Amino acid sequence: MHTQVLIIGGGATGTGLARDLALRGVHCTLVEKSHLNAGASGRNHGLLHSGARYVGTDPIAAKQCHEENLLLKKIIPRVIEDTNGLFVAIEGDDEQYIADFPNLCKKCGIPVQAVDVDEARELEPGLSAKLIAAYRVDDGAIDPFALCRENIAQAESFGSSLLLHTEVIGFKKQGNQITETLLRDRVTGTESAIEADTVVNAAGAWVGHIAAMAGIAIHMLYSKGTLLVTGHRFTRHVINRLRPPHDGDILVPGGSVSILGTTSIRVDSPDVTLPSFPEIDLLVNEGAAMLPVLKNTRFVRAYAGVRPLLDFENGFDDRSVSRGFSLLDHSNDGLENFLSIPGGKLTTYRFMAEKTADVVCDRLGVKKPSVTAVEPVPSTGMGRWSEPGAAARVWIEQKDPDDPVLCECEIVPQSLIRGVISSITKKNMKPSLLAIGEVTRVGKGVCQGTFCGARITAAMHSNGDLCGDDGLGDLKDFLRERWRGERPALWDGQLIQAELKEAFYCGLAGLELRDE
Amino acid sequence: MPYSDTIECDLTVIGRGMAGMAAALFAAEKGISTVQVGTNGGIIFASGLFDLFSVHPVNEKNIWKDPWMGIEALIRDIPRHPYSRLTKEEIQLAFEEMLGFLNVEGLHYCRAEEGNSEVITPLGTTKHTYCVPQGMWNGVLALKEKKPCLLVDFPGMNGFSALQLAENLKEAWRDLRSARIPFPEGKGQGTMVVGDVMARGLELPEKREKLAGMILPYVKEAQHVGLPAVLGMSHHNEVIQELGARLGVSVFEIPTFSLSIPGLRLMETFTNALSKRGVRQFEQERVLVAERRPDGRFALGIGNKKLQTRVVSKGIILASGRFWGKGLYAFRNRIKETVFDLPVSQPAERSEWHRKDFFDLRGHPVNQAGLETDDSYRPLGDSGKPAFDNLFAAGSILAHQDWMRMKCGSGLAIATAYGAVNGFSN
Repeated sequence: MHTQVLIIGGGATGTGLARDLALRGVHCTLVEKSHLNAGASGRNHGLLHSGARYVGTDPIAAKQCHEENLLLKKIIPRVIEDTNGLFVAIEGDDEQYIADFPNLCKKCGIPVQAVDVDEARELEPGLSAKLIAAYRVDDGAIDPFALCRENIAQAESFGSSLLLHTEVIGFKKQGNQITETLLRDRVTGTESAIEADTVVNAAGAWVGHIAAMAGIAIHMLYSKGTLLVTGHRFTRHVINRLRPPHDGDILVPGGSVSILGTTSIRVDSPDVTLPSFPEIDLLVNEGAAMLPVLKNTRFVRAYAGVRPLLDFENGFDDRSVSRGFSLLDHSNDGLENFLSIPGGKLTTYRFMAEKTADVVCDRLGVKKPSVTAVEPVPSTGMGRWSEPGAAARVWIEQKDPDDPVLCECEIVPQSLIRGVISSITKKNMKPSLLAIGEVTRVGKGVCQGTFCGARITAAMHSNGDLCGDDGLGDLKDFLRERWRGERPALWDGQLIQAELKEAFYCGLAGLELRDE
Repeated sequence: MPYSDTIECDLTVIGRGMAGMAAALFAAEKGISTVQVGTNGGIIFASGLFDLFSVHPVNEKNIWKDPWMGIEALIRDIPRHPYSRLTKEEIQLAFEEMLGFLNVEGLHYCRAEEGNSEVITPLGTTKHTYCVPQGMWNGVLALKEKKPCLLVDFPGMNGFSALQLAENLKEAWRDLRSARIPFPEGKGQGTMVVGDVMARGLELPEKREKLAGMILPYVKEAQHVGLPAVLGMSHHNEVIQELGARLGVSVFEIPTFSLSIPGLRLMETFTNALSKRGVRQFEQERVLVAERRPDGRFALGIGNKKLQTRVVSKGIILASGRFWGKGLYAFRNRIKETVFDLPVSQPAERSEWHRKDFFDLRGHPVNQAGLETDDSYRPLGDSGKPAFDNLFAAGSILAHQDWMRMKCGSGLAIATAYGAVNGFSN
């Protein structure tokens, strides 16, 4: 296999880079060891920053966010909900920071509008009675899953390739070049090699691991951030706490739910993505300070992502290490066709991709400039099922009584699941509940697989997608994966749900007794 | 006065799940004037199978063919399991009384001489259970003998796939086939076909005839035909018999997920029969306030959100269930008993409630949380002595059991209800 540019990592940066290069006529192959958005790109708030969060700590990142925010709303509006955001301060918050905030925003060129406290509570009735200041900014909600899928889909339409579940296991080097990258298909175990003129390491939190295989040390820090998903949506705006960045500061509405986050816990490895119980309690308490209703609401699940941060060998705490990005050119390390992009923010992914593509094109002698700042991302139709509520809209519009809803929480009809299964089989991959869950909202609602798990398994059997007892193992894997997110958030209504789930799958079906 | 009515009685049973129904029945049979309060809910998800006991130790996946020997081993290993407060004979008597009652009311149950029987579950696994509704019994025999068998499902009945069952069971059962047959006149085969509509539809003879006519061409050499458990409601026995006669085979039901028709049949049977036996039932109400009066009797304020009726009773059996039944409630840091705020034996922290793996073979510690009792099933108060001499508890609210993993849900309900009623009447 040969490609002009091999991109390692199917997150926002990698898929964005693939698109930027493809639009300049460069052929890319993107390899991803898991599925798209499997790392931090899928484990975040889905917040399109206005930039205001960073005005006090990182003005450059703040400006970048502001510019990209405006730009993304133009080039890919359908994955963005233009919610606007409120920065709110409550009694006891740092008054100096509150006073400085509008000026800091202005210095970064970020539009900000003071909102009267009463007016803010009219806009968002859930806000605390202890509100003392509110400002309106241009935050939005972005669906990172749809974003990445649309970007890579356009790259694919230009001839680039996407290899999912394919991991890099080594590099062959000759002189100052990587000549071959060794790959392994994680489903079949098949190994292969790919030659690339340039290799770009966009593996996010795993960037150091990839670089190490090429004999290059990148010192990384890992910061785990945990988020909590509510059973329904609480606000129209993104709600930010008006204070220097801290835990539990942000509530982002996304379709039919809200997402509360986040924390910042130093971890040893990018694979530590299990939310912890103290983090959950912290988020609920901090979130409830802004919106008291969060104290007694039903949370459905939690998830955690690991932020990759460069270790600058100084005593900054994790929130002050730049969330901006660095492009590491490994010429200095003796490899002239190898670049790494660690870190970065979802909001500025396109900017990072453009700057990286500029360097790559320079190496390849490609003169065409980037067009991603002006060229809209076309719709493939496949990018949309990750947005809460999107499938429901289509089902309601179709009004087909013979198209049963298999996932009632997220209103995912059978026809949609059939479509997803056929696109999975087209790629020679095995359809499974987990694979369906990667591209739809299946299992992500309040029932967390209680009903949809059994229903979809039955439907898959009846349609011949499963045979023998494969469905049981598949179902167990799916329920185990849901459990990771449910477990720390099990109290009140969600614990009742978990009990019902266990009554079905263990009490009645005895799935736990099945040999594996 | 906020109450529209005051009722006096000997015993109030709180809960309308299996334990509450059993307690109300046993009390009524003893001639105790009984009131029963609780929202209908749990029982309509019941599969209809009565588990007594089959898995112990759970982490060894050890299945007991003989539940009585299993219970003996259980009590040796877990001396505080609720079964430990009864003799084998008492548990047997409890079952005899329950099955005898259901038989009189038209819900016949079958048992194997050797103890537990193996039945097909809606996922295509099999489970070991003690008492099987008569309508499912032919399935037990068919599975045991691996006779030629046809499994049928209906399009639009989400979550039940005959092909899935056949695929899962085919290795051990070669002559197992499946067919998908449209349900007669199932309007909107997609989303509208739900179990209770089908079950009530089959009460009509013409619908049964049509269904049998549609299945017949698929029967071929099959000696048994299995269908999802939607074969009629109150005329269930007739429906099965008639289908069997028309098809010339034995017909059986297979339990379904989620809303369960055998569960609905149980609920309707209990409701009607308890009513006949003089039990005053409040089906959509809960206990909102509870106090013990100086004369030792309990005064309960019951209603649906708003207080409606006052019940003054000499004793109470708390059969309010666990989290699903709302007998227990989980705050973020603590589990509470909802009616009397009785002490709940529980793990120290929320992080210990559940294990990291949903299918961890040891089970989740939160499922063993619950009420500690004395030998008469009186819940203990903070002092370690019974909280009240006339308050009893039965069913899944009791501590030191994991009915889902040990497969002892109905047995626990029936046996401890029997013990609690005896405790009260003594």
